[in-house]
Amino acid sequence: MLDLIAPYFERLYDTTGLNFSPFYDSYDWSRLLEGMLVSVKLIAAIVAVSLVIGVIGAGAQTSRLRPVRWCVAAYIEIFRNTPPIVQLLFFYFGLGAITPQVDMGGWYEPMIGSFGWAVIAIGIFGGSYNVEIFRSGVEAVPTATTEAAESLGFSNFKIFVYITLPLAFRFCLPALTNNIVSLAKTASLAYVIAVPEITYSLSGIWSDNVNVPEMMLLLFTYYIVLVAIIAKAMALLERKLALPGYGQ
Amino acid sequence: MTAYSVTRLTWRAPALAAGLCVAATAAAMAQQGGEARPSAVATLVIWMPFILEGFVLNLVMSVLAMAIATVTGVILGFMQISPSRIVRVPAKLITHLFRNSPWLVILFAIMFLIPFQIRLPGGDTVMIPDWVKATIGFALPVMANISEILRGAVASIPSGQWESAESLAFTRIQTLRYVILPQCIRRMMPPWMNWYALLTLMTPMAAILGVNEALGNTQAAMEAAGARPELLIPFYLFLMTIFFVFIYPISLYTRRLERRFATGS
Repeated sequence: MLDLIAPYFERLYDTTGLNFSPFYDSYDWSRLLEGMLVSVKLIAAIVAVSLVIGVIGAGAQTSRLRPVRWCVAAYIEIFRNTPPIVQLLFFYFGLGAITPQVDMGGWYEPMIGSFGWAVIAIGIFGGSYNVEIFRSGVEAVPTATTEAAESLGFSNFKIFVYITLPLAFRFCLPALTNNIVSLAKTASLAYVIAVPEITYSLSGIWSDNVNVPEMMLLLFTYYIVLVAIIAKAMALLERKLALPGYGQ
Repeated sequence: MTAYSVTRLTWRAPALAAGLCVAATAAAMAQQGGEARPSAVATLVIWMPFILEGFVLNLVMSVLAMAIATVTGVILGFMQISPSRIVRVPAKLITHLFRNSPWLVILFAIMFLIPFQIRLPGGDTVMIPDWVKATIGFALPVMANISEILRGAVASIPSGQWESAESLAFTRIQTLRYVILPQCIRRMMPPWMNWYALLTLMTPMAAILGVNEALGNTQAAMEAAGARPELLIPFYLFLMTIFFVFIYPISLYTRRLERRFATGS
């Protein structure tokens, strides 16, 4: 792949001075690929964590116990109303300092690395939005449906898992798409704790080669393509899951 | 069914947040044992004014960025609904570029691509401070989103309004100015405030690029106080608390507005 495009980009650099070093230099090429891979992995992990938290939170909000509902409400308010970057630093430096270290045979490594903390911190941040999104989905499920399930002898938990959740998921897909896109963008914050995702690896490339404008162009392109792919995938999912009788 | 709605919990969430802060600082103090150095909380009290001073810059940046974003965003929004393609297509491109890129990437782009000094026509050179550049960087994504909000608000006005304005011989500009915009402002208010809150929450990112705002000052203060690990939790919690105290009333008020408009229309 690199052999194919390298001559073109080398000539481009020689003739116009546009230095797209990742497209002809094998080291920068590997950094770019690595950055893209880590970024996609990071986004997938963050979205997964935030979805799990969203479902659990939305379930807990329907709980009969008041303290449980207060805790969920407090969690939402705290994480939505404080800066995500400070949350990330708080998790990584603050909590990272008191997590146990693992003996790696001679040296000690923290149990959770920077990637792990980025997933946890940004996942929890995104989860606080997902709880509200799922809650609005759950509220959109007609009471007649849950009552019908109740009359068939479903327990509360089973109603939530088998009746409410599948319907609620469909109702909140548009809002969920927005949040996933915004989480994919927020994932670039992991730069501050040196997770080698795309922003971080490209910043390494531009400090080595002093080609900031070109790498910025690459970075903008990457994110626009990524967001387009996510939006397209979610639109496909939405069409696949569409229920007859709802929407158009 | 909606008895457990979040909006009702006006005082409990802050109380719980404060409780968490106290618990964490207590834990941090207990960890430390009886040493001669000032405790983490005492250190925090010493450095509080310094951090709050940084927070003022956050507020200045957020207000300025919001002002820039509102003006440019409204112009861009009107360009997006223009009947002329030459105006509409670039406006759409700009809106999508800045809506779909992360804040951090836009911030980097502005920081590195705007020169640190500019030459005025008179021949003098003016230095552009970092925080001004960061403000522009924060304004761009919000501008794109306000443009999109405006487009959505205009689209939500029934087309009968346009037609009746036309039958009263209003020009397009007059229709927008006297009929459409006044109704849009009402609908745009809640999302506009949401974006202000979000913008304020993003301003600490400027610390990455060396602006001395609240986060930068917090890190500098921890460094100056001896970079002790037990400082980390209380200092970051304090920083989160300042932002929470400022943002929470805004988001409560936004939610109330949203509900009022939802029932009103």
